[in-house]
Parts: sequence; C-alpha cells; structure tokens
Amino acid sequence: MKELLELLEKDHTLTPEQLAVMLGMSKDKVTAEIERLEREKVIVKYHTIINWEKAGVDSVYAIIHVNIAPQREVGFDAIAERIYRFPEVKNLYLMSGAFDLSVMVECNSLKEVSQFVFSKLATIEGVVSTTTHFLLKRYKTEGVIMEDEEEDRRLAVTP
Amino acid sequence: MSWSDRLSPTVKSIPPSGIRRFFDIVAEMKGVVSLGVGEPDFVTPWHIRESCVYGLQRGYTAYTSNLGLLELREEIARLIHNRYNVMYNPRNEVLVTVGVSEALDLAMRAIVSSGDEVLVPEPCYVSYKACVTLAGGTAVPVPTSVENDFRLQVADLEVRVTPRTKAILIGYPNNPTGAIMTREELLKIAEFATKHDLIVISDEIYGDLTYEGVHTCFSSLPDMRDRTILLNGFSKAYAMTGWRIGYALANPEFIAAMNKIHQYTILCAPITAQVSAIEALKNGETAMSKMVDEYNRRRRLMLEGLRSIGLDCFEPKGAFYIFPSIEKTGLTALQFAEELLKEEKVALVPGDAFGDCGQGFVRCSYAASFSNLSTALERIERFVSRRLG
Repeated sequence: MKELLELLEKDHTLTPEQLAVMLGMSKDKVTAEIERLEREKVIVKYHTIINWEKAGVDSVYAIIHVNIAPQREVGFDAIAERIYRFPEVKNLYLMSGAFDLSVMVECNSLKEVSQFVFSKLATIEGVVSTTTHFLLKRYKTEGVIMEDEEEDRRLAVTP
Repeated sequence: MSWSDRLSPTVKSIPPSGIRRFFDIVAEMKGVVSLGVGEPDFVTPWHIRESCVYGLQRGYTAYTSNLGLLELREEIARLIHNRYNVMYNPRNEVLVTVGVSEALDLAMRAIVSSGDEVLVPEPCYVSYKACVTLAGGTAVPVPTSVENDFRLQVADLEVRVTPRTKAILIGYPNNPTGAIMTREELLKIAEFATKHDLIVISDEIYGDLTYEGVHTCFSSLPDMRDRTILLNGFSKAYAMTGWRIGYALANPEFIAAMNKIHQYTILCAPITAQVSAIEALKNGETAMSKMVDEYNRRRRLMLEGLRSIGLDCFEPKGAFYIFPSIEKTGLTALQFAEELLKEEKVALVPGDAFGDCGQGFVRCSYAASFSNLSTALERIERFVSRRLG
C-alpha cells in the first residue's frame, strides 16, 4: 500500500493500468485499493503544485506565529478550527516551541494580510499574540523544488 | 609512412565501439527520446554530493595512497562481508580505481600475457573484449541465447576452452540483456573454472540492481575467493557514473600486481570522489533502494509495453536494460535502430554492438523518466506497426 501511495503522491495522473503494471498487481486490485484509500480518507485530496509566480499571479503569502491560551477540554483545537475555517488560511499547524500555531495565509495584497491579522485572527478570544512573517520566495513546497532544473546532462547514447 | 601506419597494430586491430558510431548519428538530431543511455537518470543523491563539497572545504585535495583511502577500503570490505559473507583485508586485498573500467583494464593487464585467451560471454559490455586485446590476449566470445535467457552455459564454455585459456570474464546482471545468473548456475561456472584452473573476473557493477532473486557474488562461492577478481563500483547503484569510482577485490597477489600498473598510470582515484564514496557506503542505502524500486517499476512497464507492441521480449531481472527481439520486423538491429531514430526520434542501441549474438535485438535502457518511457513506447509502437503491417 505504501508503494501505491508514494506513486500517487508523486504523480496522481498515473492510471490504474499503469500502476498495476508498475506494482505487479492486477488492475482491479489497484482500482479497489485506491477507492478504499479515498473512502477512508487516507488519500485526502489530489493536489497540484503550481508556481503561481511563474503563472503571473501575484499573491502575498505570510506565515503567522500565534500564541494562544488553551481552553479547558478542547485544548487548542477549538481556536484552531476557528482559524482554519478562514479561506485565506492555507496551512495550519500546532507547533512546539516559542509559539503554538503556525498559520500560513494567502492574500491578494499586504493590506489584506494585515487586515486578516488584526481584524480576524487577533480578535479571536484566546489568541494572545501574533507575529507575522511575509514569505519572500518559495524555494520548495511539499517536497518539490520550485525551480528544480536538474537537467539531464547525460549523453544521448552511452555504453 | 603515414601517421596511421605508425599507430600500434594492437590499437588499430580494435574496431570502434558500435555504440560510439551510433552516438554520432544521435548527436546530430534534436527532440530525441533516448533509451540508449547506460547510466542512471537520477542525479547522485544530495547527501553524497554535499559530502564532496564539504570534503573540499576541509581540504581534501591531495593524492591518496595508491590503493585508495583506507577508510573507503574498510567500508568496501565491510560492505562485501556484510552482504555476501566474504572477508577481504582492506590493507592489501582492496584497490580503489577510476571506475570499474580501470579495474577491468588492470585485471586484464595483470593476468594476461601474449597468446593467452580469455573467455568472454556475449552479448556483453563493449569494453570487455577490447580490454583483453589491449592487454595482449585474445578474447574468445562465448555466445549466449534468448532460449537460455542469456545465461551462460557450461557446455558453451567447454567447447571453447583451450590450454591457452587463462581466464573467464563474466558480468551479471548483464549489460545489455539484463540477464542474471542464479547461485546454482554460477556454481557450475565455478566448477568449470576450477577444472580448467581459470581465473574468474566477475564484474558485478549491476549486482545491487537485481529485481528478482538474490544477487550471488562470485567470490562467495566455495573455494572461489582466491580465484576471483571481483569488480564493482558506485556508478550504477548510487547514480555516481561521472565520479569514476570503482574497486577490485582479490587475493593480495592479484591486487599487488594490479596496483603496480595503477600506481604507474593513474596513481590514485580522485580524493573528492573517494570521500563521497565513503558517504555513499555509510548513508546511501535508503536512497539506493528507492532508486532500485523505481527501476523495477519501469522494468515492468517496459516489459509489458514492448510485449503489447508485439515484440518478443525475455524478462530481464537485473541492471536497467531490456533486450527485445526485433527479428519479426525483418530489419537488422542497426537498421531498426537507425530507422526508428530517423522516423520516430527514439534512440536505442543495436544489439550487435555488444557482440554478434546480439544481432536481432536492441538494447533499451529504462533509466529514463516515466513520461519519456511512455513517449518512447508510443513511438516504437507506431514504428513497429508500420513494419508489421
């Protein structure tokens, strides 16, 4: 199963036929396995990584470190849910260390980021402090090097 | 006297590599999908590359001992012991060379004298026969066939062995066929070698790329350790072709003789590459096994793809080559390769570049990206269906 997931994580356009040959399984078994993995939310979503900068779309990304006061019974989860429901929040992680939550937001402008922070995020009850870091350049996302051009430098025919 | 007349007759007697001739044609074309490449399409894993950079920062810029860095020799000896349970003394039974190519050349020059014959199973890596010739010996081809899955048969050796036969040079998993030899089959070769008192040079550069069954190290066979010159290197399994690091393991007499030539010609392998080879052996197992898994998936894809096109294809179980028969197209291997290149821009290598018995076959390397393999298969299918009508 791990091998199937790794292949799909790398390239979800592979067809069940291709996967079946690559894994030495039957096509029906691969199809059934994928369906099960999707049903059980092991495969959560098929995702495409786009270099938006190259596509000419200017977005502003920021990573906001948030300190919060945990609440009885629900701990950090209730506040986290209030935050991750905002559509501009792309990633949200509970962290150990100097801050509690790492929130990554995508907005159209610096102004929109600031507005999100002071009007939506900072006003949530339980949010103690925020520190906003603007993302200047994306080198690697989800394990993919954005400008990765490790060219094939091999000769066309070699022994 | 022309300049050509002044060249060594031995060098003049060696034909240019069939691969080289074909490369010249490919080099002039654009938009070619190449299945003609005998090296990994992965770049060396980053941690190995990084160790080279760090090595330079630490000032690793000098000669090493002729035999190679002791730490590397120790790691090589440890690897062979852990994997195949054969002990070699890193101080006098391990020699680090500039690729397996140099190790092969040294082995030949250390043991072959004028008039000696060396049995060379074919199809085989293009350098094998030339190295025997350059050492002053005579390469005696021993054909293998698809009927036996390109595995070497003792009967074919027996009819070619003579009192002048000095050694046998084997390379399994095989380039270009992808054939492997089982332990039982190699035991028969070992018995043959003992019976005729032959040295065995075993090139195991593709040993880690064995997909079905377990690779058997020839030295690990009973009583074969001291009769065998074991060659291996980092090029294929660790995707380190350009680093040129290989090694030879053998009894102290063989290694001393090989080192004598090595010290007067090469002196030592590059230190930066040796430092990185240490990193590869210490921490490269995970990256290597990921690459091997990927090759295995591509192997299955290529086998399925070529068979569905209608080409007869035996199942390769090692290396990263597949060797389909193109006989039913009515073309020679060279015609097939040239016409496919011109019409569909797919480069592969005619099988007879690896020996006469490779006629009727082509070598396709699946060390290429999945999308390139798919594109190549589509193009080959078009080409073949035109020929088959």
